[in-house]
Amino acid sequence: MIGAPAASGGRWACGAAVLRLAAALILAAAVLGVCGLAAGSSGWSLSWSQDAPLILSIRLPRTLGAFFAGALLGLGGAIAQGVFRNPLADPYLLGSAPGATLAIVLVLAAGGLAGIPMGVAATAWLPKLGLVGGAFLGALGGVTLTLLLARGARRPSVLLLAGVVVGVLLGALANLIMIVSPEALRGAQIFLLGTTGFLGWRSVAPLAAALALSLPIAVRFARALDALVLGETTALSLGLSIVRLRFLLVALMALGTGAAVAETGLVAFVGLVAPHLVRRSVIVTHGALLVLSSLAGGVLLLAADVIARSLLAPQELPVGLLTAIVGGVYLLLLLHRQSAESPQ
Amino acid sequence: MSDLAPVLEVDEVAVMRGRRRVLHGVSAKFRQGEWTAVVGPNGAGKSTLLTLLGGLLRPVSGTVRLAGRHIHEWSDRERAVRLTWFGQASIFEGDIAAHEVVRLGRLPRFGLFGAPGAADEAAVRAALEETEATTYALRRVGELSSGERQRVLLARAFAAEASVTLYDEPTIHLDAPHQRRLIRSLLSRAQAGAAVISVLHDLTLALAADRLIVMAEGRIFADGAPDEVTVRDSLAAVFDHALAIQPLNCAGRARWAAVPIL
Repeated sequence: MIGAPAASGGRWACGAAVLRLAAALILAAAVLGVCGLAAGSSGWSLSWSQDAPLILSIRLPRTLGAFFAGALLGLGGAIAQGVFRNPLADPYLLGSAPGATLAIVLVLAAGGLAGIPMGVAATAWLPKLGLVGGAFLGALGGVTLTLLLARGARRPSVLLLAGVVVGVLLGALANLIMIVSPEALRGAQIFLLGTTGFLGWRSVAPLAAALALSLPIAVRFARALDALVLGETTALSLGLSIVRLRFLLVALMALGTGAAVAETGLVAFVGLVAPHLVRRSVIVTHGALLVLSSLAGGVLLLAADVIARSLLAPQELPVGLLTAIVGGVYLLLLLHRQSAESPQ
Repeated sequence: MSDLAPVLEVDEVAVMRGRRRVLHGVSAKFRQGEWTAVVGPNGAGKSTLLTLLGGLLRPVSGTVRLAGRHIHEWSDRERAVRLTWFGQASIFEGDIAAHEVVRLGRLPRFGLFGAPGAADEAAVRAALEETEATTYALRRVGELSSGERQRVLLARAFAAEASVTLYDEPTIHLDAPHQRRLIRSLLSRAQAGAAVISVLHDLTLALAADRLIVMAEGRIFADGAPDEVTVRDSLAAVFDHALAIQPLNCAGRARWAAVPIL
């Protein structure tokens, strides 16, 4: 009896911590959003009378787009880590982002062959649909290939290794196509670096739509991810159709990753880092984790975008380069901590 | 008791793992109100039998029936409400809170899209108290010691309040007082009308069960009360006579103890 009230009081405390984190992330997004509107190639400026057209047509869609793309990657990472019961899973490391890149290169090359000029910056609706759709299928194909190679997701290190192999392989194929088809090369080079520079109003809509579709569905199925913490067989014994649920969740991850990659290219490690940051600060079930990871992913990419724009202004860094460096170091620290903890 | 219809039965089941046959035509019936311990040396097929009884594995031949119906004719959720399977814990990165793990035990009742109600919360609280896990209910499961984690996982199984419960190695990682507490919980559940089936490595604890199923090499060698001499003899035999089974008078109750012969 002593424990019961303490436990429910503790649950309130947990709820409060979650709300605090959510509020902090929203605040950070708002502050960074304002920074995003103000960061220009000639330093910071936010004067409505002068910059209104610039802000409305360039900085606002870019800022919104960066947030949505980051949110999709954060969501994808949280789903991947839950579905594969693997703390190192990430859309980028699981082969889904390289798969999406290859598909985009293919679509661009095909467009070039068919005589449709398709830069990433200037795409009409139809080719854009082809781009996002292709990226989705490519993402799904990349994950499938990784899973086949790793023979399932049970062994984290094998899965990680398989993801690396698939990434290298699909990357090489994409490179090959770019050499053969210069048309694809022009647009695709950006993808290899990852950039928020081409995000316009045309990008915001598909990104927002992908997030509006995948986040609520993923949250609705989040209890299945909680159950998977106990292992596949136990989740099965709880009456869940794990095979179907897993496929649905992987498809949601592929949709999110595909949309993000189609608009921003290969932005690495946001999907890995965002859920980790959330889990380190609060104890949550997957329902809240998915929402908070999306917020955190959005904040991370927004921050990376602002830094990429202002660090070497007027020159701009590709945002993917920045996330790769920061995220890569984070992954190294994570691996180091794991190897320090595991040998007992 | 024995005139009751069996709530769970396996009939002539055979299971293959890859090319290896791990169960050879095993048959057994389980009734409510009975605690059965399944024992046998490593690789005897005990865990396979338990997974099969849980409907989580398809046999190459033979049938498994739950409450008279073929176990795969029940929907996954219907089966999960009636039957709880407690497996050997796999290693996991548990970032969710212990009480959330216990709440998952109620998942078959409130459903994937539902929310736990008052009855579910009461069952979660009771289960946490039963395994003395309330004090660390708010911590991450991944941060608990293996014994503490085992108690959380057991609370998950208790919270389900199913009429058929299967436990694979429930005593593992538990210290003596908590082993005793667990066995008492299993006994009281059987007395309250549940069918309790557990794989146990601790033979002295297993000999306290109502019924013992002795397995080796994918077959059942004996099936009966520990008081039956044939059951005890085959128990010693499947373990290569590495142990002696001694009578024991424990707090006025006749019991049996398995003593290793060194």
